[in-house]
Amino acid sequence: MAHDGYFFRSRRGLPAELVEAQVRVEAIAKGYGLDFCEIVFEMCDYDEINMIAAYGGFPTRYPHWRFGMDFLQMRKGYEYGLQKIYEMVINTVPSYAYLLDNNTFMDQKLVMAHVTGHVDFFTNSSWFAHTNRKMLDQMANHAARVRRHIDARGVSTVEQFIDACLSIENLIDPYLHHIRRTRPRSESDIERASLEPGVVKLPARSYMDKYINPPEYIAAQRKKKAEEVQQMQRFPESPLRDVMLFIIQNGRMARWQQDVMGIIRDEAIYFAPQAQTKIMNEGWASYWHTTMMTRDLLEDSEVIDYADHHSGTVTMRPGSINPYKIGIELYRHIERRWDKGQFGKDWLDCDDVVVKRDWDKGTGLGRQKIFEVRRSHNDITFIDEFLTEDFVREQGLFTYEYDKRAGHYKVDSREFSAVKQKLLFMLSNRGNPRIFVTDGNHANRGELELTHQHEGTDIQVQWAEQTLRNVANLWGRPVHLVTQVDDNRVVLHHDGTEFKAEGLKQKGRRRRA
Amino acid sequence: MILNIENDLNRFKEIVKGKVRKDLRRYMSSGEMIGKQGNKRVSIPLPQIGIPRFRYGKNDTGGVGQGEGDDGDAVGQPGDGSGKAGDQPGQHSIEAEVSLEELAEIMGEELALPRIEPRGSKQISSERDRYTGISKLGPEALRHNKRTFREALKRQIASGTYAPARPVIVPIKDDKRYRSWKTKNEPQSAAVIIYMMDVSGSMGNEQKEIVRLEAFWIDTWLRHNYKNVETRFIIHDAAAREVPRDVFFRTKESGGTLISSAYKLAVKILEEDYPAQDWNIYPFHFSDGDNWSANDTRSCMKLLNEHIIPVSNQFSYGQVDSEYGSGQFYKDLNEQFAKDERVVTSRIPRRDAIMDSIKEFLGKGN
Repeated sequence: MAHDGYFFRSRRGLPAELVEAQVRVEAIAKGYGLDFCEIVFEMCDYDEINMIAAYGGFPTRYPHWRFGMDFLQMRKGYEYGLQKIYEMVINTVPSYAYLLDNNTFMDQKLVMAHVTGHVDFFTNSSWFAHTNRKMLDQMANHAARVRRHIDARGVSTVEQFIDACLSIENLIDPYLHHIRRTRPRSESDIERASLEPGVVKLPARSYMDKYINPPEYIAAQRKKKAEEVQQMQRFPESPLRDVMLFIIQNGRMARWQQDVMGIIRDEAIYFAPQAQTKIMNEGWASYWHTTMMTRDLLEDSEVIDYADHHSGTVTMRPGSINPYKIGIELYRHIERRWDKGQFGKDWLDCDDVVVKRDWDKGTGLGRQKIFEVRRSHNDITFIDEFLTEDFVREQGLFTYEYDKRAGHYKVDSREFSAVKQKLLFMLSNRGNPRIFVTDGNHANRGELELTHQHEGTDIQVQWAEQTLRNVANLWGRPVHLVTQVDDNRVVLHHDGTEFKAEGLKQKGRRRRA
Repeated sequence: MILNIENDLNRFKEIVKGKVRKDLRRYMSSGEMIGKQGNKRVSIPLPQIGIPRFRYGKNDTGGVGQGEGDDGDAVGQPGDGSGKAGDQPGQHSIEAEVSLEELAEIMGEELALPRIEPRGSKQISSERDRYTGISKLGPEALRHNKRTFREALKRQIASGTYAPARPVIVPIKDDKRYRSWKTKNEPQSAAVIIYMMDVSGSMGNEQKEIVRLEAFWIDTWLRHNYKNVETRFIIHDAAAREVPRDVFFRTKESGGTLISSAYKLAVKILEEDYPAQDWNIYPFHFSDGDNWSANDTRSCMKLLNEHIIPVSNQFSYGQVDSEYGSGQFYKDLNEQFAKDERVVTSRIPRRDAIMDSIKEFLGKGN
């Protein structure tokens, strides 16, 4: 797509005042050191922006009912005045961002400032380094390919398959580009390993042999070696995070199915870093829109509206975390600490409350530090490294739990370690259970064994049952999920038509009826 | 302009209505959006289909929030955390003003009075004015400015009086266009709704509240969609009495339960005021299903069988779960009338089941 192409209507450009505003906002942003690629702003009416939001920011996606569902929800939300989307930007080069056409001029400036923050983040965060910046074209290609399959196979067939793929859309490896997980190993490697004697005996005279090379030790070594070879022959060799890829490569499916599943995986991988950096990204953009608006861009007459809209964005609904709020406050917290020199060994070793309160070494490294942070951290490391006890107290963070007797959620604890732990747990794997492929040839019958890495929270069995059904259909053979329910080892089986749960207490089954 | 997404939207609507891909309906839930009505929160039902994923279950251990409060204080329902991957829409929650009328409309897209027939002399109609057309004549209040302007512009360009340098457009009488409406008349018959509610001691406050909410929504919806539907209200414990609408929605009583008392009163009202040849009759009865004796249940069945069901278009029974109630009446009814499609029973275990229950009673295509 040409860089100057507009998606909608009569290729509307921006009105003159907004072109001017964009130039101004970008100049100011560059002055603060933000570094971003070309940004193309488009004006949309609310139906268009709802559509784009439903499509995850892109003007074209493959046909699927869930986009319609999301669209309906956003449209109704807008029509009944419950919610309003007023900015959106996608990670491409050039970056496309959308402005709602009935926003006020102040709103448009705010959105532009916010968007420059996002684009700077896309450009500089290492977590986005491997994303496809031509995703706009890629998405359009995907749509065309899926449409072709639909023409050939019929809507329902393809749609049903897409539904099944979406069921495991979250079973990808979000660190795919950052960690090399497996060394490719060839057949000959394995053969060589199994032929090698493996156990080296120290030279010794025969009468000394059993002291220098104790038989138990030799036996243990042999066994270890044999296990290693066995492990090498396993399939996959070690537990695999990217369940989707494994199924694409090894499942019994037709060419077109491989293609469709590949598309869904590609898109899931493209979106993964955005989920991994939600707090950082929104916090960063919010930090910059407040900074630029309050210092440079606001007219006197706009202050009230600005304050209203800004506080709307960073407001905390009871019982949920607003990534905008946590993000912006944490950046400010970091900036303050590094400005005052509240870091390093001296700071950590000091336990005098008064000294700490008045600690100011005038280091002034705040700005520099937050730029550094935005380059290398993701949400988890961001929280892990910078969420301090002071921050938790200042922000009034708490953990909550469901009170069964009272039938509602209640505040559980305000303790630092509890809050931090809970927050990290919520963020790890985006609150999804971690599932690995552990055996692709289970019981030597070509069945698939998945293992849930249990971290204290059980998976929901009904959902697992439905998901496994889809996995079984994708894999083409029965599948098994090893997990834990109520501290018992449970294996769930599904062969595509029938579901069996092994080791599950009866009560769980009855409650379903 | 037609958006690409219309196709996806229509597909989704067809799935929700059960026209295609019936396999997906099992994942359907009536997702809700919270709206506000006065000081009360109301929810706007929105159908949702969840794609099954591996996810955490019951011992999901809460989350992190921010704000005031001590340990043990209640927090509001947590939101869904808006964990939608992908785009980053900046969303701004605003409180909504939705009128009851609007809500009834939102709710009613999928509802209808079942098996309504043309009956009686007192013909009523559900009529609606729709502004669908354009006409050359009409009151100034309905003038369609855009169309008028366009006509004027067309005429001026055609006649060469349009000057791009000074683009003044003056409409004359012939240019004017007005919105015009069509009145759709759907002749229908007179209908009467009889609401019966069990207010006996075994019905706790929550149970009564559920019944009131459900009856309230059915009533609101009916009054919005059908003009001149008559409604009568009966409350009963061991004895039944007829009450005005506002008493029905407010009353607090307690006592034993003789369901037959309510049915007897209903029969009396029907016989006196609503002859079956002239009226479509829809009795609704709500209870926790805990009748006083099997004897009374037998006489209920007799009343239903001989007097109420023969004259009714549909008899609807809604049962709430109460701590004390045995819920036996639901089973009895289902046994007795298993084959009779004029009898619809529904269980309403919790508040969030109300919408589903209304759909069971009034859902189209039942």
